[in-house]
Amino acid sequence: MLYRSKLLQATAIPQAMAVPKERAEEVHVRGSANAAVTLEEFGDFQCPPCGALEGPLRQIERDYASSLRVIFRNFPFTNHEHAHEAAYAAEAAGLQGRFWEMHDLLYREQSVWAKSSDVQSLFDAYAGMIGLNLERFKKDVSGEQVKAKVEGDRKRGEALGVRNTPTIFINDESVPPTSLNPTALRAAVDAAVKEKTRS
Amino acid sequence: MKNNRATSKPGGNAIAISRSQIVIYAIVALISLAGLADATYLAVQALTGETMVCGGSPDCFKVLGSPYARIGGVPLAFIGAVAYFCVFSFAILAAFGYARVRRFLLFTVWSMFAVTLWLLYTQAFILHAFCRYCLFSAAMVFLLAGLIVASRSP
Repeated sequence: MLYRSKLLQATAIPQAMAVPKERAEEVHVRGSANAAVTLEEFGDFQCPPCGALEGPLRQIERDYASSLRVIFRNFPFTNHEHAHEAAYAAEAAGLQGRFWEMHDLLYREQSVWAKSSDVQSLFDAYAGMIGLNLERFKKDVSGEQVKAKVEGDRKRGEALGVRNTPTIFINDESVPPTSLNPTALRAAVDAAVKEKTRS
Repeated sequence: MKNNRATSKPGGNAIAISRSQIVIYAIVALISLAGLADATYLAVQALTGETMVCGGSPDCFKVLGSPYARIGGVPLAFIGAVAYFCVFSFAILAAFGYARVRRFLLFTVWSMFAVTLWLLYTQAFILHAFCRYCLFSAAMVFLLAGLIVASRSP
């Protein structure tokens, strides 16, 4: 199926793999800086399974607030008509310090804007709703900086073997697609937290 | 007059106010409370950056997320809430016979009416989208304007 992730082995990120380096401020992180567990998601804002996983993932974030840090990476697919525009909108919001607000809004309203014939005006409206400087947002969203950021995320994903979205790594271990459901993901986070607590 | 009652207030504001006028001012106060609730809800959502308010309605986002929804960074809904509160206060005072506030009430309601017409024009012809909360507020303002006209009828 188009949106179903192919079965991947739960593998650690090879150390020798050519994963692009980036500055800390370029990474979108939510959660405690001292968290024992890092969950890294490669997502596409127009991918329905990513949208479906967003709610449960937010709940897990809240429940493991002190021990979990979440990183989001863009991995938009070209077969999703507005996925790149959505990623650019999120990154443009990030340039004004509101990446996560736009991220949450894009996922929550996914079914609406995905069908829109004038998606950019809707993204502009979202930007207004979350209190962005609209002129700057409009300029940034078509700028090279956000495109470079999205491309950087995509390259990192490809280097890590990401082929589908959502793809999630917990402490650099990829989570099998069969575990990308609320119960199994919670169990995986819980196991990682316990393992870190023991060691 | 049978229906009239004379009231005397400190400061020389003695006026005769009919029972029907008291009823009208009471209705004005009630309607302004409905408008105040609507505007306060939108103002709080705007000030806290909450976006649930428009969930699933692209038109609502287009209106409330547009530059027309803020004046100098202040949410228009906040200004609306202040205006509705003024109307509520003036209507209550007018119902108790304070003559001077009737001018303020008149001025506030007609100002809101003018702004509402502009906002409806903006939604229809500039944004090409309508927000249900804004339409509710517009309906409240039209009702207030109608009642104010009725309160001045002999």
